[in-house]
Amino acid sequence: MTVKYTEDHEYIRVDGATGTVGITNYAQDQLGDIVFVELPKVGQKLKKGDEAAVVESVKAASEIYAPVSGTVTAINDALTGEPGLINTSPDADGWIYKLSLDNPGELDSLLDAAAYTKHTA
Amino acid sequence: MRYLPHSDTERADMLAVIGAASAEALFSAVPKSALLDKPVDLPKHSPEFLVEAHMRNLASKNRAGADGPFFVGAGAYRHHVPASVDHLIQRSEWLTAYTPYQPEVSQGTLQMLFEFQTQVAHLTGMEVANASMYDGSTATAEAVLMARRLTRKDKIILSGGLHPHYRDVVRTNLANSPNLICLPASPEGQGDILDRIDDDTAAIVIQTPDFFGHLRDVKKAADAIHAKGGLLIVVVTEVVSLGLIESPGALGADIVVCEGQSIGNALNFGGPYVGLMATKKEFIRQMPGRLCGETVDADGNRGFVLTLSTREQHIRREKATSNICTNSGLCALAFSIHMGLLGEAGLTRLARLNHARAVRLSKALRAVPGVELLNKSFFNEMTIRLPVPAAPIIELLAKADILAGVPVSRLIPDDPAVENLIVLAVTELTTDMDIDMLGECLHAALNGDAA
Amino acid sequence: MSMNNQGRPTGTGISGYASTSGSSLLPNEPLLFEIGDTEHSGVDLPDATITGEFLGGFERKTPLDLAGLTEPEAMRHYVRLSRLNYSIDSGMYPLGSCTMKHNPRLNEKMARLPGFADIHPLQPVSTVQGALELMNELAHWLMTLTNTAAICLTPKAGAHGEMAGMMTIRAAQEAKGQAHRNIVLVPESAHGTNPATAAFLGYTVKPIPARADGTVDAAAVKAALGPDVAAIMLTNPNTCGLFEPQVIEIAKAVHDAGAYFYCDGANFNAIMGVVRPGDLGIDAMHINLHKTFSTPHGGGGPGAGPVVLSEALAPFAPVPFVRKGDGPLTLVEHSTDTHLGRITAFNGQMGMYVRALTYMLSHGSDGLAQAAKDAVLNANYIKARLSHVYSAPFGEGPCMHEALFDDHFLDGTGITTLDLAKAMIDEGFHPMTMYFPLVVHGAMLIEPTESEPKQTLDHFCDVMLELATDAKAGNAERFTAAPTRAPRRRLDETRAARQPKLTWERPQSLPQAAE
Repeated sequence: MTVKYTEDHEYIRVDGATGTVGITNYAQDQLGDIVFVELPKVGQKLKKGDEAAVVESVKAASEIYAPVSGTVTAINDALTGEPGLINTSPDADGWIYKLSLDNPGELDSLLDAAAYTKHTA
Repeated sequence: MRYLPHSDTERADMLAVIGAASAEALFSAVPKSALLDKPVDLPKHSPEFLVEAHMRNLASKNRAGADGPFFVGAGAYRHHVPASVDHLIQRSEWLTAYTPYQPEVSQGTLQMLFEFQTQVAHLTGMEVANASMYDGSTATAEAVLMARRLTRKDKIILSGGLHPHYRDVVRTNLANSPNLICLPASPEGQGDILDRIDDDTAAIVIQTPDFFGHLRDVKKAADAIHAKGGLLIVVVTEVVSLGLIESPGALGADIVVCEGQSIGNALNFGGPYVGLMATKKEFIRQMPGRLCGETVDADGNRGFVLTLSTREQHIRREKATSNICTNSGLCALAFSIHMGLLGEAGLTRLARLNHARAVRLSKALRAVPGVELLNKSFFNEMTIRLPVPAAPIIELLAKADILAGVPVSRLIPDDPAVENLIVLAVTELTTDMDIDMLGECLHAALNGDAA
Repeated sequence: MSMNNQGRPTGTGISGYASTSGSSLLPNEPLLFEIGDTEHSGVDLPDATITGEFLGGFERKTPLDLAGLTEPEAMRHYVRLSRLNYSIDSGMYPLGSCTMKHNPRLNEKMARLPGFADIHPLQPVSTVQGALELMNELAHWLMTLTNTAAICLTPKAGAHGEMAGMMTIRAAQEAKGQAHRNIVLVPESAHGTNPATAAFLGYTVKPIPARADGTVDAAAVKAALGPDVAAIMLTNPNTCGLFEPQVIEIAKAVHDAGAYFYCDGANFNAIMGVVRPGDLGIDAMHINLHKTFSTPHGGGGPGAGPVVLSEALAPFAPVPFVRKGDGPLTLVEHSTDTHLGRITAFNGQMGMYVRALTYMLSHGSDGLAQAAKDAVLNANYIKARLSHVYSAPFGEGPCMHEALFDDHFLDGTGITTLDLAKAMIDEGFHPMTMYFPLVVHGAMLIEPTESEPKQTLDHFCDVMLELATDAKAGNAERFTAAPTRAPRRRLDETRAARQPKLTWERPQSLPQAAE
């Protein structure tokens, strides 16, 4: 299992042909309390860079882009009732959606953990 | 200048602190060619009594509603506003406060808005309402856009009973979109919209009482549009009617928009007014306009804040639900105070009184030979057909100091089907004597006698 | 993801700090629904006898559940609530870009004359000649002050005026066979309504970066112009409180490229009677009557946003408008040729027209120019007095009507712009505009307006300097816990947004009154 990052602060945790997407701990800290998440629809086809979801804090709304191309296979319904999961557990319970990858080769263009840490330093 | 506090000495002292040679030096970034060297060609400053005289002279050239019999309605209504309402809204803390973005020092405005939202929700029979819109017409246009966002469909159908100005505003906002269908005027109150609904329809817009005064069947419309997966938008231009008529929410409306002027606000030649918008809880994230919500402060005390503001332009910029950045705060306050004074008991009596006046008017009109009353149902407004074009008759009666309603041709020109029609409204302020005088003068006018 | 730099603390700060809210002079006021009930009423009305004969079977069956109050109860409720508000009449509002100036009471008195307040928008035009004359006179003043050819009075607010102005631009482009132009240039420092308006009308927004000095670079505009650009939306004076020095050059380049110049007139107060925007080459500009011409803000409206138009755009102005011929004034209510249709029912904000004209007649051309100069003087005075402590991002040059600072002077204190603003409340001042414009970190935008006397400005500056000194001295709690002397402490906005409670709901324990 590998985790890759975008410069826009999404992570994707890859398990075989499926990836789980969320926002990084750094991003949730910058945004403050998340109050609402607009989730994608299961079955939705996304191209790399497409707007997939929106997370809202009290004063800001931020688009979550698809780190790679693929089809949405699951969404985290728990966020509807408890959007704060993104704050308390961005890497685990606060995941946003899962997608089946169209082209795993696209992952190569993303940052690894070391590069992302450097990016946010 | 009575509104400018500085003396010349103070101005000079301040320039010295700034380190500027003159007031003009502060405008150094302005290109020389654009900086005026003398005042523009307009009158110089004037004392209060001269300004007042000028304005009074202008006002005296207008015939005020109280000057004689008055039957003009068609989307704005001349109701009595209690003296305490205008007194209260002129208090400095209401009149000269800014938008309540700093909730710690704006709890008065915020609590009032929370109460206002609750009143509007109860009145319309909906779950939630926003903190008001510019007016009923712009609220209607916003409701149409909201329905498109919610359904992700495009087609909008406007009933022939919708106020023609409202129809025009929607049309301008939608830039004459081919998916906007405006049905022709339906002065007889005929059902015109339900058989036009199809699977592509995002919403239908009906008004009740409609522009011609007819009460429309909201439930039937709701059932028809819901069967095709669209939304029902109900427009109410006379909110007093909701004291007597079933609420649109109870009959299945998805979005209700109203012109709230009738409660608390004067005619003002058309503005400022107050638009009401109410909907279902599930739709709030697509609702435009400001929203006030309850919360607590750091000490745990109940307090109120503007909330869900990420829908709005100052956060979402080009992704906002609407470009609106104001509500109609003071008019909403006037509405809320007046509604608070009325309460359920008062509003019910007010609505019954208005309807009773209208029944009286309908009888008087039917007694005039040549006049045909088109309404089988009405609240406080109705449409009559004359044997001759209506506009000259209205002018003739105005010369006799009777404002006998609105000739439909003023709003729908060049349509022979409506040329002879007049829309007339009454309120609690209309007296028996007004109604009798209208009947007599209309009779005389139609029979060629100068009234 | 896109990070929006407006994210900022929204929690309630430190609790348990001494609080004076709920004191005897500022009682907590229950909700209308907790005081009133459905039987009380403050209005005497006869109970009319009616039948259902003309109601079509649509009589109300569900209860209204609207609480009523008698007049004495209502007076108490609304007077007590009002005392929880800050207002211009009680203190200075240094809100940048909002122009919170004095609201003369003569305006209010005039707006209530029955000849203005008690006339109907659809009564015969022959019976409202004074109203049309007033609209015509207001139009004349606004067009003369801006040196423009036409005006649309009806927009209900600034953003609405913006929409009307941009719609006329779209119509003008279409009339020239240029409907394909789908891009609108908007500087990054613009007010949020600008991109929202452009997007609403179907345009793609192309941001123009700001120069290091806070103004727009004519070269960047020229580089962005092209055959697909319909218009530029430029605020002048801009949201950083600066006059755009290259505005004439920008206007010329925009026109040469076949585009139009929409000017956001939110900051017209700085230049009224001193600079005519028409001389700068604008094609359309809305004027916020509630900012520049003193109509009251009313706790968030109603506003009014007439939009002036150049010769090129005049034929596309929305209806209705007043037409002056040889005989009586007429009201053009229907779009017959190139004119756009209605943007609102009726005739716009007549009540605001009366107030704004009253204000203009009071000041006259000389007084308006003096007001603009005093507004600029006051802002520069504040800037001069604060800038040795407060960091000004765009240097030492004069500003227009508002002074912009950033939060660098707070570096290392643990105190944010928001904390400083909340501490101002405890000192009796409404906070300044914060975190706007977005191009400046932790922005503090201070607009005193011409209404503030020198003594007030001095007191304000003394307080601001004392706050800064205390912040740097490490007394963070005073700021992070503020306000403590307002009717409420900081409010939990997260809770409000996570579990929206937008209407009062009857507690289970409180039974509904008998129907």
